[in-house]
Amino acid sequence: MAEVQFRFRSDEPVADPGVTVDAFGAQSNAAAVRLEPGDDARDLLPHLGRLRLVEINFPVFGDGRGYSAARILSEAGYAGELRAVGDVLVDQLAYLRRCGFDAFAPEVPLDPTDADAAFTRYGQAYQPAADGLRPIWALRHG
Amino acid sequence: MYKYDSYDQQLVDTRVAEFRDQVRRRLEGHITEDQFKPLRLMNGLYLQLHAYMLRVAVPYGTLSSAQMRMLGDIADKYDRGYGHFTTRQNIQYNWIKLEEAPDILADLASVEMHAIQTSGNCIRNTTSDQYAGAAADEVVDPRPYAELIRQWSTFHPEFSFLPRKFKMAVIASDTDRAAMRLHDIGIQIVRNDTGELGAAFYVGGGMGRTPMIAPCINPFVPLDRMITYAEACLRVYNRHGRRDNKYKARIKILVHELGKEEYTRQVEAEFAHLLTQGVEPPLAELERIKAQFAEPPFEVGISDEVDRSDPDFALWLDTNCLPHKAPGYIAVTISLKPVGGIPGDASADQIRLMADLARDHSFDELRVTHAQNIVLPHVKKADLYALWQALDAAGLGTANLDRIGDIIACPGLDYCSLANARSIPVAQKISERLSPRSEEIGELKLKISGCINACGHHHAGHIGILGVDRKGVENYQLLLGGCEGADTSLGTITGPGFDEDGIVDAVDRATSVYLANKQGAERFLDTYRRIGMAPFKEAIYG
Amino acid sequence: MKILTGNDLKTGAVVWWDGVSWSLHVEDAIDAGDQAETVLAREQATRRVNAAYAIDAARDAQGVRPAHIKERIRALGPTVRADLTLKPADPEAGNWVI
Ligand code: SF4
Repeated sequence: MAEVQFRFRSDEPVADPGVTVDAFGAQSNAAAVRLEPGDDARDLLPHLGRLRLVEINFPVFGDGRGYSAARILSEAGYAGELRAVGDVLVDQLAYLRRCGFDAFAPEVPLDPTDADAAFTRYGQAYQPAADGLRPIWALRHG
Repeated sequence: MYKYDSYDQQLVDTRVAEFRDQVRRRLEGHITEDQFKPLRLMNGLYLQLHAYMLRVAVPYGTLSSAQMRMLGDIADKYDRGYGHFTTRQNIQYNWIKLEEAPDILADLASVEMHAIQTSGNCIRNTTSDQYAGAAADEVVDPRPYAELIRQWSTFHPEFSFLPRKFKMAVIASDTDRAAMRLHDIGIQIVRNDTGELGAAFYVGGGMGRTPMIAPCINPFVPLDRMITYAEACLRVYNRHGRRDNKYKARIKILVHELGKEEYTRQVEAEFAHLLTQGVEPPLAELERIKAQFAEPPFEVGISDEVDRSDPDFALWLDTNCLPHKAPGYIAVTISLKPVGGIPGDASADQIRLMADLARDHSFDELRVTHAQNIVLPHVKKADLYALWQALDAAGLGTANLDRIGDIIACPGLDYCSLANARSIPVAQKISERLSPRSEEIGELKLKISGCINACGHHHAGHIGILGVDRKGVENYQLLLGGCEGADTSLGTITGPGFDEDGIVDAVDRATSVYLANKQGAERFLDTYRRIGMAPFKEAIYG
Repeated sequence: MKILTGNDLKTGAVVWWDGVSWSLHVEDAIDAGDQAETVLAREQATRRVNAAYAIDAARDAQGVRPAHIKERIRALGPTVRADLTLKPADPEAGNWVI
């Protein structure tokens, strides 16, 4: 299991690794789940109350389903940890952050300087997403 | 034209800095080519047959003269003195050095241009009608809507790693000059019975190995919900589009496999949800953009007459110029298809000349067309003769718009690493052989692709040619009867393929069949549709 | 014979493995034999070449001739712009490709 390298939350991390969506449905006390690209994030919506950690796996960085999964959870009000795991690369960080991920456990640790630059480089965006950033159109029409 | 404000400029400048940093990391070995490739692709940088190739975005095909001049200067400074205008209304440079690419992007940013998302599995540059803002038949100028989409799709955090590339087109007239229904999403701005404007969504069209004509999934999305609807279309695709096979990953396959009804149902459900999420820009933003596309200050009360005494000029006037909505003005197409030339290529000097002519005669505006030509949209008729003389002197005065010599050809095996066969030499030979009969043959859209990816739109050509690899030897298939526009149809393969000279002969014979059977004012396509494939087959193979 | 080709990382120029380094001229290419994979891995790791691979070729009177037309076009340059090829002064150069 890769270490969490970047975390933008102050609460205590959940110690247990996420269980599969199937196992999660069967275990009424599990608080952590791991979504694979083919899983439907909406299956988790009835259980948001007990969820404290959702890991979303990127087996290959080019499979972008996890971005939609993250936004769907955020849009439904999920406020627990949203952790990107797997093939997470420097140049995906900004997009992931905008989609609501607040923890990152890349398989191969990233250069912290490069990662920091990636998180902060774009201060503005054209479209609203899950990070609360006011889109440029809102700034224009204040 | 759209002018960047400080927000637009800052994003583009930041992108340049980001890419500079990515290139540095690649050159210093911090990232591998596998990791770098998607990053350079998202900035339009390919590794092609001879070098890196840079594709620069020309949003909805519109350029100012300053931008056009910069494109010419870049061709001189960083490339080998020319550029290639593409069927996606963009420009490509073929001889780019990786180490110089960030400087090119910086030069582009200085004239409000970029190469963002001109490649990769993301939302690409949005295309539009090349006569937008000038066409007599448009409901409104479609470009403000395309600009709204450009902004929404730029660095979209959720849709930057889609199953496959994603192309959108926006038009606003019933005559479709942008092959709208052959896009992943085609939008037609329409007016409903009560006079309100809305967006008709056509989803799941495309060319490539499985050509499909997009069905309409919603005939009228109100304008204050258009972006939300697009977001819903994309989210369903991002979640459910196929990722197991790159040849089945385009949205057309998803729409086809789910069926139009089921795909639409999922989109509508996602749309209903997204309406609660506040993703739609306010109408004030659309108004802000629209204000920048205000009509140029056309002179009123000017003459509508043109002196036709020079027959060469008169031919060009009749062939390459289109009626304009303002009296006394006309829209001019500059052909980048000289007889026997390379379709879509222009030298740095030609590019700069077109920039100057746009500044002096077309309110500073140019358009790139998907047929690889350049349009000066607003030319005063009184200036036309002088303009034509300047063009003609520079090899840009060919009178062949939509004629046999106006061939669309992708770069093919001369430049493209995916190609099976060369496209350009075939185009050159056909142009040389048949251009002398151009007037007799009349409207005939011939389109050539060097491989199944169909960048040359061969499915949509009245005559289409597809290059294939037959045991390591170039071979060409012939298609007849394709058409883009309101009556979009896909071409049918005639039969066995040909070698390079054989395909030229076959096209020659097909045009002869047309001329022998033509009734009245029929175009090649009309005759083909009336008499069918059989007589053509007989003449070609018989 | 098996020869190795790729692009120069910085300039993108088409290059061929000559046994010591990477040459612009296909005539310099050597038979990499069973060393192909080793050389490719080493040279890409040190970033002396990018996107490299091995191809089939034959040696004839004119030098080294790649088996596939695509590689011959890479070796020479675009057939439609003789002025931009490696042999701009040779009107016959294009025929070698076909
Ligand atoms: S159609 Fe094929 S050969 Fe032509 S440019 Fe596209 S990918 Fe290359």
